[in-house]
Amino acid sequence: MPADSLTVADGSPDAHLQAVRHLIARHKTLDWLFGLLGVAALMFAMLVFAMLFGQMLVNGFPHLSWDFFTSFPSRRAASAGILSAWVGTILVMLVTAVVAVPLGVGAGIYLEEYAPKNLLTDIIEINVTNLAGVPSIIYGLLALALFVYQFGLGQSIAAAGLTLALLILPVVIVATREAIRTIPQQIREGAYACGATKWQVVAHHIVPYSLPGIMTGVIIGLARAIGETAPIITIGALTFIAFLPPSPFGNPGHLISFDWLTAPFTVMPIQMFNWISRPEAAFQANAAAAGLVLVVMTLSMNAIAIWIRYHFRKRIKW
Amino acid sequence: MSTVTTLTPKPQAELKAQVNALNFYYGDFQALKNIDFPVERNQVTALIGPSGCGKSTFLRCFNRMHDLYPNMRYEGEILLYPDAVNIVSPQVDPIEVRMRIAMVFQKPNPFPKSIYENVAYGLRVRGERKKDVIDEKVEEALRDAALWDEAKDRLNDLAFNLSGGQQQRLCIARALATDPEILLFDEPTSALDPIATARIEELVSELKERVTILIVTHNMQQAARVSAYTAFMYIGQLIEFDDTKKIFTNPSSKLTEEYITGRFG
Repeated sequence: MPADSLTVADGSPDAHLQAVRHLIARHKTLDWLFGLLGVAALMFAMLVFAMLFGQMLVNGFPHLSWDFFTSFPSRRAASAGILSAWVGTILVMLVTAVVAVPLGVGAGIYLEEYAPKNLLTDIIEINVTNLAGVPSIIYGLLALALFVYQFGLGQSIAAAGLTLALLILPVVIVATREAIRTIPQQIREGAYACGATKWQVVAHHIVPYSLPGIMTGVIIGLARAIGETAPIITIGALTFIAFLPPSPFGNPGHLISFDWLTAPFTVMPIQMFNWISRPEAAFQANAAAAGLVLVVMTLSMNAIAIWIRYHFRKRIKW
Repeated sequence: MSTVTTLTPKPQAELKAQVNALNFYYGDFQALKNIDFPVERNQVTALIGPSGCGKSTFLRCFNRMHDLYPNMRYEGEILLYPDAVNIVSPQVDPIEVRMRIAMVFQKPNPFPKSIYENVAYGLRVRGERKKDVIDEKVEEALRDAALWDEAKDRLNDLAFNLSGGQQQRLCIARALATDPEILLFDEPTSALDPIATARIEELVSELKERVTILIVTHNMQQAARVSAYTAFMYIGQLIEFDDTKKIFTNPSSKLTEEYITGRFG
């Protein structure tokens, strides 16, 4: 039907067409309103984050100096630094990654590729997802009983690393499973049709093709763990520590030493927490500076995750 | 219902496989019903029939693909000659079967690896390490799959950079590299354009000198062009099995005639 058949002889649109136009206009107002609402919500979130970050930047940035990174905490705010905190954070993260990656990736591969689909694996699945939502202090309590006392690890880097590994295990498992699920079934069938065993399919195909997704999940998990305070406090991290754990290298008679694993420690968020709870304004500024470092650490980990995802997605498109 | 055929039984020496009273179940559902049929050595045998008739299910019995999924069951036998081993028997390892019988799938499914690694994969699975052996086999397989001229200067390129038709020929090369005894094609051209389809069909006709071929197709002209024998399946049953020429010009079964003349399907 040609468009002009909707107009009457004198060229003016008929009543029906006018009603339709009115309706469209009203619906479009709703469109516009919702768009506005969305932008407002977004702006609110962005603004709050920008203000927090800005405040931290203003307070903390002037305190950032080489000395801040190479000094131990001190009773005098001006000479206090985060040396023991960032070294502790890196060592704890190392333990967390070394424990969580093989366990989480192994569990994810098992659940996706090996486990039969039955009631038991369904229950395990639901539990893994639920574990991701358990408050982190609960993990702290568990770790205090299990790692600190039962295993006798004490208030050590190993205990903290294991605790955080437990905390991010569900994240790693879920990320692994999701990465594996994106691999099309016909790739598996193609590999099996070549005569591959299950293990060959996993080692030659499943793991390499899902690696970008797994790495993204691991980094996001670690970025979450790096800022965790509650479980670390629960297992008894020190809040004031003026020495470093023993070095893993350069000890007489041993190539690599693992004494640092059992050393007492502190981490970045604990150092911040300690400074914030002090009355002096100068310590507040130190806390802001440490916060700045922590935020930069987290954001750069997320940036790496995004880069990996983007870089590999360009190469593999199913 | 028993299968209609006008063929006189071949001597066993000319057979590559013999299917005897094959039943296949997905859980309680019987997908294949009492199928009997010979597979002649170095010939192309086509399987035709409407969607859901079980032709792909049947083909996937030959390399035990069903074993990847739970709740399935084979009954009867598929004897693979010359050793007459029943390849659907639970005592036979499906991996051993897949090492003898290769498959090309409906959608090209190259691995996200280089062209070279795709073709070499079957050899790597079999533990072949010598580079000169693998090099030689890769070239031979690519030549046989009519892909060598297009691929020889870009063996290290990612397989995904090939066109759809080239990818499917790569998958054929991957299947050929390990010298299979039977090559299964599951609607190999359904995702390809007419020119790529013609090349694959040409290839299938040439390859029968080297390997026994079973091809599932929903394209009846394709079956008529490439195969010596055609099997018509309907709702899990083998209705008619005969010379391709006979099936398409003078089918014995009314059902076959209705299908090939396009009255259903």
